[in-house]
Amino acid sequence: MRYAYYPGCSSESSARDQHTSSIAVTRALGIDLVEIPGWSCCGATPAHQTDRLLAASLPAANLLWARDMGLDVAVNCAACYNRLKTANYEVQHQPEMRKKVAAALNRDYDGSVKVRHIVEVLLEDFGVKNLETRLRHSLNGLKIAAYYGCLLVRPHEVTQFDDPENPQSVDTLVTALGGESLDWPCKVSCCGNSLSLTTRSDMVVDFSDAIIGMAASAGAECIAVACPLCQVNLDLRQSDIQKKTGRNYQMPVLYITQLIGLCLGLSFAELGLNKLVVSPSAVIKVVNENSFKF
Amino acid sequence: MTIRIKKGRTGQSLRDTVVQMSGVDLSACYQCKKCSSGCTVSAHSQSPPSEIIRRLQLGAGDELLRNDLIFTCVSCETCYARCPMGIDLVPVMDALRALAVQRKAAIPKGNVPLFNSAFLKTVHIFGRTYDLGLMALYKIGTSSYSQDADKIPLLIGKKKIAFLPSFSPNLKTVKRIFEIARQNKGK
Repeated sequence: MRYAYYPGCSSESSARDQHTSSIAVTRALGIDLVEIPGWSCCGATPAHQTDRLLAASLPAANLLWARDMGLDVAVNCAACYNRLKTANYEVQHQPEMRKKVAAALNRDYDGSVKVRHIVEVLLEDFGVKNLETRLRHSLNGLKIAAYYGCLLVRPHEVTQFDDPENPQSVDTLVTALGGESLDWPCKVSCCGNSLSLTTRSDMVVDFSDAIIGMAASAGAECIAVACPLCQVNLDLRQSDIQKKTGRNYQMPVLYITQLIGLCLGLSFAELGLNKLVVSPSAVIKVVNENSFKF
Repeated sequence: MTIRIKKGRTGQSLRDTVVQMSGVDLSACYQCKKCSSGCTVSAHSQSPPSEIIRRLQLGAGDELLRNDLIFTCVSCETCYARCPMGIDLVPVMDALRALAVQRKAAIPKGNVPLFNSAFLKTVHIFGRTYDLGLMALYKIGTSSYSQDADKIPLLIGKKKIAFLPSFSPNLKTVKRIFEIARQNKGK
């Protein structure tokens, strides 16, 4: 299995751990991720909030480079995933936009390059049965709230990812790892996205508090995520939640690829576990009571 | 609730401009308010999304461009996912936000347009996002130096912020895209 890998900007900053854990997990499973040479930013939310042509052309350029490689695209970041798929959708459904994008790129793009999130690669392409045979450790019944956020599941007609209101993909992976995936109501709530980086970060603190609070009430010992912004907003903002409300959750927020990596017996360094703000030691302890020290 | 509106400027109405820019048919909305019930940010904002549509339907003028929902909207698409008429409000909000900047409406706290332009500036220069540059541009623009200052050592210690920018080797393509998008604006 081979994919053109689109790392996205956050792979070089806040979500380096998502990037390295995905690389480590896919390598261990024999899935080949070939980085798209010279990849550039997808434009993320600021591009579509500013200019439609910019928002379609930036990802389309990367999809064209992937088409030159003759491979489907694999992507880690939920925002990149959403923007790449939106570009595909728009050039496929809006002939006028396709013309404009072709003019901006000096090359026509038909929207045909398949884009897969790493969760889809592992769950559907590699297969959960295959994954189970490779596991060396178990989550030993650890209670996990799978949190999907917005950009993987919405808009459904564009992303076609799982169910938009009650997705199960990450839950299925958690169950395969021996964890207990919880039924809880905030799976597709929004964490506040990039408001976290503006002077309205107070709103993100409230949203994260509501999400983590709900996960905690459902009995979660850990939240599993697949989006860099969700991870940062839920993990980094826990100290602000404590300052504002007094609630000290100490809830570990791990990428699903980090949880898979732990169960494959990969090293903490490869999985970037030291990048997490809330210590994952409670999770690691459960994965293997005796042999791990963190 | 009674909604009072001021009539728009002469010429093309705000509604028609927004419909043209977004490609979204607002006349299909019958105010079921599912968008407002699910909206991530409406409790923190001046108006819920259904009210924005109603105001547009009734012929609101440029005073609507000062409504802070336009700027707190996080494009989470929950409204669209739940709208029985399939109205995608995100492009509508994008259009209103762009018009607010174009027509120099007062931008409320948070200054999302400044954040977006700072973000895109780093992409224009490097071909990829550069967090430190983005944060510097935004903080200078909003004079919000103390905001989250306590997080910086932690983020740097955990290498969650890169010190140096990363250049895309395809910078020429990126610059071309920005240039064509700029020329295309308003067309």
